[in-house]
Amino acid sequence: MRWGVLQFPGSCDERDALHACTVASGERARLIWHEERDLAGVDAVVVPGGFSYGDYLRAGAIARFSPAMEAVAEFAAAGGPVLGICNGFQVLCEAGLLPGALLRNKELRFICRQVDLLPEGPTDRLMTPEGHQSINRSASALSIPMKHGEGRYYAPDEVLDELETNGQVAYRYAEGQNSNGSARDIAGVRNEAGNVVGLMPHPEHAVDPLTGSTDGLRVFEAVTAAGARA
Amino acid sequence: MAKHRELGLTDSEFDLIVEKLGREPNDVELAMFSLLWSEHCAYKHSRKLLRRLPTEGERVVMGPGENAGAVDIGNGYAVAFKVESHNHPSAVEPFQGAATGVGGILRDVFALGARPIAILDSLRFGELDSVRSRHLLDGAVRGIGHYGNSIGVATVGGEIYFEEPYEHNCLVNAMCVGLAKTEDMVRAAAAGVGNAVVLMGASTGRDGIGGASVLASAELGDGDEAKRPTVQIGDPFEESKVLECCLELLEKGLLVSLQDLGAAGLTSSAAEMASAGGVGIDVDVTKVPLREGDMEPFEIMVSESQERMLAVVEPARVAEVLAVCEKWQTGGAEIGAITESGQVRILRDGEVVGEMPVEALVDGCPLYDLEPAEPEGWIYGNRSTLAVGISAEEELLALLASPSIASKRWAFEQYDSLVGSRTVRRPEGADAAVLALPESGNAVAVSIDGNGRRVACDPYNGTVEAVLECAQNLACVGAEPLGLTNCLNFGNPEKPATAWQLDRAVSGLADACTALGVPVVGGNVSLYNEGPEGPIYPTPVVGMVGELPDPAQVAGSAFAREGDAIGLVGPFAPVLAGSELAKQRGELDAGLPRPDVAAVAAACAIVREAVRAGRLASAHDVSDGGLACALAESAIAGGLGCQVELQPLRDRGCLPENALFGEGSGGFLVSGEREVLEGLGATYLGEVGGAAIEIAAGDRSIRLDLAEAERAWRSLPAQAEGDGA
Repeated sequence: MRWGVLQFPGSCDERDALHACTVASGERARLIWHEERDLAGVDAVVVPGGFSYGDYLRAGAIARFSPAMEAVAEFAAAGGPVLGICNGFQVLCEAGLLPGALLRNKELRFICRQVDLLPEGPTDRLMTPEGHQSINRSASALSIPMKHGEGRYYAPDEVLDELETNGQVAYRYAEGQNSNGSARDIAGVRNEAGNVVGLMPHPEHAVDPLTGSTDGLRVFEAVTAAGARA
Repeated sequence: MAKHRELGLTDSEFDLIVEKLGREPNDVELAMFSLLWSEHCAYKHSRKLLRRLPTEGERVVMGPGENAGAVDIGNGYAVAFKVESHNHPSAVEPFQGAATGVGGILRDVFALGARPIAILDSLRFGELDSVRSRHLLDGAVRGIGHYGNSIGVATVGGEIYFEEPYEHNCLVNAMCVGLAKTEDMVRAAAAGVGNAVVLMGASTGRDGIGGASVLASAELGDGDEAKRPTVQIGDPFEESKVLECCLELLEKGLLVSLQDLGAAGLTSSAAEMASAGGVGIDVDVTKVPLREGDMEPFEIMVSESQERMLAVVEPARVAEVLAVCEKWQTGGAEIGAITESGQVRILRDGEVVGEMPVEALVDGCPLYDLEPAEPEGWIYGNRSTLAVGISAEEELLALLASPSIASKRWAFEQYDSLVGSRTVRRPEGADAAVLALPESGNAVAVSIDGNGRRVACDPYNGTVEAVLECAQNLACVGAEPLGLTNCLNFGNPEKPATAWQLDRAVSGLADACTALGVPVVGGNVSLYNEGPEGPIYPTPVVGMVGELPDPAQVAGSAFAREGDAIGLVGPFAPVLAGSELAKQRGELDAGLPRPDVAAVAAACAIVREAVRAGRLASAHDVSDGGLACALAESAIAGGLGCQVELQPLRDRGCLPENALFGEGSGGFLVSGEREVLEGLGATYLGEVGGAAIEIAAGDRSIRLDLAEAERAWRSLPAQAEGDGA
């Protein structure tokens, strides 16, 4: 499983994601410059956190037009696994690869905090799958940090109902930990096919006990498992 | 008013410029002299004092005079660091002032070729019952977060104090730590006659004109709003691109030297690079990319537009350099050349519009002797906020709720403390920030400290205490100090009392650093921090960097296990003088006892070795609010109570309330197995456990539920957002 991590001007967490992919897969991951159109040799893609192109207009609004994102859209349409983290989640929503949008946190402040994340979804879908049954060793919550100013997940009610029906909610904040005001405590969603997943918290910052937790590896492992099936 | 006076130069300074040029300066030259001869750039009231500081040490890689200091961290790597103030801009416009303060200190560090890995901030505001203080706090915290979060450098620590004398003139000091391969580092000295001068990053506009002279080198007063145009606007995205661009250029070995553009913009970076290299420099302002086409040469030379870097490049490499700038979508323009003239020449369309000897610009400014005079007694106010005759529990709750002592989670949660995946201890997890360095196989610890109130009580001893507190914080995480940076924030040095504070503080800093064997590798001086109501508390802010071999062995400040013994290590002799309790009682007065530096250093070594050996469950330095607050902090952080008996301190002659709330250097509160503590020579105080903080101290004994203590300690959000005022 060879991972590629997108790098836009203004990306912040791309090196952390690169490291996490290497830890999770045991294979060296590579950076994909935003002007690259060729994802050859990449089995799975991370769209990382940060402030792509400064995010002065609206988070992710410019990055979606980059050549690399055009390639990612084709890659996703062909069933390739894509994981969007934080700004990457925002970019995937802007690109229409995931439903919904991320608005400013309800208290209008940036929040950096460890949160408990509850994985969920039907077992025949990516990310919860045999994925989560084999990997989610304790079925318990994942302890993973969040850090963002625009992470309040929003979609119209009928869309939210549809997501729930389709099993497209990937992660929710544990009770009492939805500090950004996300609709229905949603922290992450997937597309209908199940191969594109986005979440606001940062699994790449939870891959080493020295810096807090290793629960983030379970997110990468779940995508890896999905990639192996794809 | 004569033009030179408007620009902040005295008549005799102007006469000296005329003498050095052999003629009157034109407008371009006068603008450039006024900036480089400002207090902010020339250190004309502090440079002589700073010669007292010890700057040498076997681990020093770069010392004062470079963009930042750097120390050897082992295995071919160096840690670069510096603290700098952005006080006056933040007092005028806190969000952009603080944001660009962060931007500026980042540039100082990556100018050396070091990748910034951590930011710490030391902030001072007036009391939170003031609307202005809440506005400044909110703006500064948002500004720091905006810049640091966006550029992807972790903000891992810092401190905030609230005191009346900062009401008009808040302090925003930002410190950056970077990591570099020692062999790849670059100096600021220009070299190689005929080499090209390349300006990179943002284009140049009319922002921040006169920032160093008009804003940073004069007292604040009425009409400060009119100074807003002198505050720069930060663009962290631009800086992120120019940062990556510079690091790539250095990695490819394409630059001869590199310097950031800070105060006084192109004027100071060009002149200082030339001065350090003993060469001359030509700058053609027509080649500088501008935001507004009609800028005058003097405006281009003094603009403080942010996110710009100046590099010296061999002519054959210029095209390659510009290609890297292009890749990162940041500006790059060849604007001049290194000459052997010894002159800074400013050209427009080939015509010389300014020509000055480098030496006169950079080193020609007269240095002034201070005229210190010790004031009589306590020159600041006293305001009692505690009722008389209250219980020790009520006193402890009042101290824990003091915004200077209360948890700063409200602030640090607005910062990304994790990016870079090095953060071993998050803010408030331990006394010092700890960052893992997989590259060199060890870790770096960083602490920033400086209690202005105590320095106001006693400038010499208070400053010694600031250095010792940093050393103690590092010891608590098992780190050995390698180097120190400082920012001296004082009032108007032309006034005798402030001059005396500055003189004594620098002596204290020098003596403490010499005694500990910690070199001062860089720093910054911020003077004229005063408003109509008088000067700020004299506030030397000390940033210390240390090394520890194994980040997995870092102790936290939280009690960890029920039943652990609690002990006190070190020559702690607490008194109420200068303490938070004395402040709240309105009993502040001049004078502090002299710390026993050698004994504190010995205690630091004991704690450091015990932490490194993994023998302590927790280690916390006793600081603001004394032993009672230190116990409460360790208890709250661990979610475990404690039962403690202070008789051993009273046996040493300590009054009960001094034992509880007295402050002073040299105290470590540690927990672990009792035999381990005894082996360290710790004074046994009690045990971890239960759901209450119980401290036996004779007629001042305390029993407080942990939950109640925690509520007080976590009351900052309500105070900061005004709900509690």
